[in-house]
Amino acid sequence: MITSNGLVDPASPSSPAAPRADLRPKNIRDAVIRLAGNSQDGIQSAGALLARLAGRSAQEVMTYMTIPSTISGGPSIFQVRMGTGEVVSAGDEADFLVAFYQHSYEDHIDFLKQGGVLLYDSDNVQPNLDDRRFVYVGIPITGLTVEALGGTAKDKGKNVFILGLLAKIFDLDVAKLERLLKEKFGGKNESILNTALMAFHAGYAYPVGNVLATRYKFEIGADATGPVQVTMDGNQALAYGLIAGGVRYGAAYPITPWSTIMETLRAEFPKYGGLFVQCEDELSAVSMALGFSYAGHLAITGSAGPGISLKTEAIGWATMAEIPLIIVNVQRGGPSTGLPTNVEQSDLYQAIFGGHGDSPRVVLAPSTVEDCFYTAIEAASIARKFSTPVFILSDASLSTRIQAFDEPDLKSLMADPKPDLTPRPAGFKPYPLDAITRHAPPGTRMLDGQYPIVTGLEHDEMGHPTGSPALHVEMTARRRHKLQQLAAEIPLPEVFGGEDGEALVVGWGSTYGPIHEAVKSARQRGESISALHLRHLNPLPNGLERIFSRFKRIIVAEMNDQGLYGYGQLATVLRARYCDPKIRSLTKTDGLTFRVREIIQGVLK
Amino acid sequence: MSATDSIPAPAPAADKLTKKELTADHPTWCPGCGDFAVLAAFYKMIERRQLPHENIVTLAGIGCSSRFPYFVNTHGGHFIHGRAVPLASGVSLSRPDLHVFIFGGDGDAFSIGGNHLEHGARKNINLTYVIMDNFVYGLTKKQTSPTSPLGFKSKTDPTGAIDQPVNPIKKLLAAGATFIARTHSTQINHMIQMMERALNHDGFSVIECLSECVEFFPGAFDAGNPRKGGEFKPIDEKKWDNTPEDEQRHDITDEIAAYKLADLPFPGLFGVFYESDRPSKNVLEKKWVDATRAKLGDPTDLEVLQKTFDRMK
Repeated sequence: MITSNGLVDPASPSSPAAPRADLRPKNIRDAVIRLAGNSQDGIQSAGALLARLAGRSAQEVMTYMTIPSTISGGPSIFQVRMGTGEVVSAGDEADFLVAFYQHSYEDHIDFLKQGGVLLYDSDNVQPNLDDRRFVYVGIPITGLTVEALGGTAKDKGKNVFILGLLAKIFDLDVAKLERLLKEKFGGKNESILNTALMAFHAGYAYPVGNVLATRYKFEIGADATGPVQVTMDGNQALAYGLIAGGVRYGAAYPITPWSTIMETLRAEFPKYGGLFVQCEDELSAVSMALGFSYAGHLAITGSAGPGISLKTEAIGWATMAEIPLIIVNVQRGGPSTGLPTNVEQSDLYQAIFGGHGDSPRVVLAPSTVEDCFYTAIEAASIARKFSTPVFILSDASLSTRIQAFDEPDLKSLMADPKPDLTPRPAGFKPYPLDAITRHAPPGTRMLDGQYPIVTGLEHDEMGHPTGSPALHVEMTARRRHKLQQLAAEIPLPEVFGGEDGEALVVGWGSTYGPIHEAVKSARQRGESISALHLRHLNPLPNGLERIFSRFKRIIVAEMNDQGLYGYGQLATVLRARYCDPKIRSLTKTDGLTFRVREIIQGVLK
Repeated sequence: MSATDSIPAPAPAADKLTKKELTADHPTWCPGCGDFAVLAAFYKMIERRQLPHENIVTLAGIGCSSRFPYFVNTHGGHFIHGRAVPLASGVSLSRPDLHVFIFGGDGDAFSIGGNHLEHGARKNINLTYVIMDNFVYGLTKKQTSPTSPLGFKSKTDPTGAIDQPVNPIKKLLAAGATFIARTHSTQINHMIQMMERALNHDGFSVIECLSECVEFFPGAFDAGNPRKGGEFKPIDEKKWDNTPEDEQRHDITDEIAAYKLADLPFPGLFGVFYESDRPSKNVLEKKWVDATRAKLGDPTDLEVLQKTFDRMK
């Protein structure tokens, strides 16, 4: 941690042998808890319950998880950072490490900060107690869970046992947690819920005071009475944002980490009278989505990078035929199958330049879970207004990150999903040279009896094919002009920190948290550093050069390779756009999110 | 308010729809191309059925025959190569008020779009697909097509095709298409009949229409054309009249019998090979949507989303 949160007391390492009477209360502002086990241990659901509890308690919360790409088994972590006040990143180091297995301990002990607490399953883990940097709390979690559940459930339920332990240690609201357990397990048969509650209470009742001196209590935040919070992950926020944005139809093919969006929409769209279709392949998916859009229902398709490659030809058609469409790319490490469950921001070029021909595309990137929701709404509005495909670039880290954010005012946000089938007057042109395309979907009566055609061939204003060089010049410019018009309408993003100074860290997408935490921390140490985060990556908003001119160095931090010429993907785009040699690059390709200290080191060097 | 509630009732009967209203650009096909007759049959079928003009949609992929939508004055779309089926599926599934037609060739349907044809058939999307099969790639000037017969000499098989051609009817049967017919572009009345029956069918209806490419495979279908010395043999469908001769006739609901008919040597038979009343995806999805909304008490969109967010608090 860059700033001390009050949790860790490096002066008092203890050993599991030292007996304690009871937990002494201690106030803390935030805590980073990392649960490390295997993917089948249910640590994701335990972590998600903690996150939801934090959301309900007006505490800020941020989670981070990795899942293995194997079907079952394999190491997995879930990290929850809960706190009072703004929490923007999942934290570089853990205050509390829960280790289920020896490998969990060995792989993650270096993430535990000095003086941090290692809570380990003494049935499976033998830590090196000679390492005096940490506080060791060994509990026979497997044995106690089996005992609590009567031996029939084997060791399933360890996750909920630990939830009970953590509830005790962090003085969490037991009634609220019980309610959450009921919501999670209550829908199935009653015995599952009872088992969960038994495991929870066994963990809560464990005399943890015997091995740990302190009970941690979160300080009450100043805004404890603030707006109601909703807690969800990035893929859910994107899906519900699309619904608020009036999207009711879509089609896709499963691929990690995109799939949970299509699963959500498949279940949700019918509630709104819409439909999501699982297709035989990516080409069918984008084509069917274009069919929905052509029929007047703005549609969504999505994938990860490899699938987007397959959709590319049809997206080119959407650009030429000017059919609105939302394409979500939940980025993962590439190229090819690459690192399917790791994070990377290496599909920016693909999104901006991946089309054949001169095909300008709109590209947006959400920065947080909350921003996934609002970016989806904006994407829908842009797609409609400019009758064009719009990319949303999310990533593997945002997709599973659970965050609490202020409940949106849905009433003011809901967009109308209805197609416009009002009869069109005589002289209607689908591709007017002097205006933006407004398609008349099939079913629309054309009062002059002239019916329009949408096409991927270069065409005249009525959509009929033409080989005229002059028309191709005009139509190409027309497709460019509408994106230039969009650029003029995009608001300039706000600079975080000072309006001028030594360095400006420019970021996009899920790096928002670590970049902002790094800048905040560096400023507290007197460094003259600010941050600028871009949601609109193509077209870029007009006027960025005015912001850049006030800083000596522009450092573009992004999770992709430095490329052949030493610059990451956004850095290259910005250098091409502004021809400004002070634009530099800070990149990484280890498949993990930026740590705060990596950004600070990268910017200050 | 559901997303499909807004679809208006059909317009009051406008003036009678005739070939004049349905004609658009002059076709770019070569003189003598079989596709002209398919277009004429389509005009005739629409004239006969008097569908609401604005509710007819013609869609296509890429190929000579896929230019079809430009020549019909209806709502239309000219899409990318091989993907007309999923495009049309999106239109069909979200717009029950429309009559969705696809026109295309053998390359589009059986080669680059082969997978979509199979899954459109399996899903049983409600639409009509007329495949104008000429056994050759015409737009790109004489390469081998997936239906080119063995030994066919093309620019990509100068010594004759060696790859086993696709049997369209067998492929469609195996994929689960619920209406499968075959016709010949020299038989205008038969084409109209097949198109009408396809239109009546609720589900994925496909017509393979042999349509000669006079430029790159002239005479390919003479064997099925009486005016060129061939024989046009229609399928003798069962009439269910309890006569002894009815025993010998083809039961169009019998998949195995249809498969056997499809195996007859070229030029084979023409007519309806198979029809099944398996429910379409359109019907099944609508049932699910209706049940979902009924269970929720037919809420507004805002109510549904608010309730979802309330659960996430």
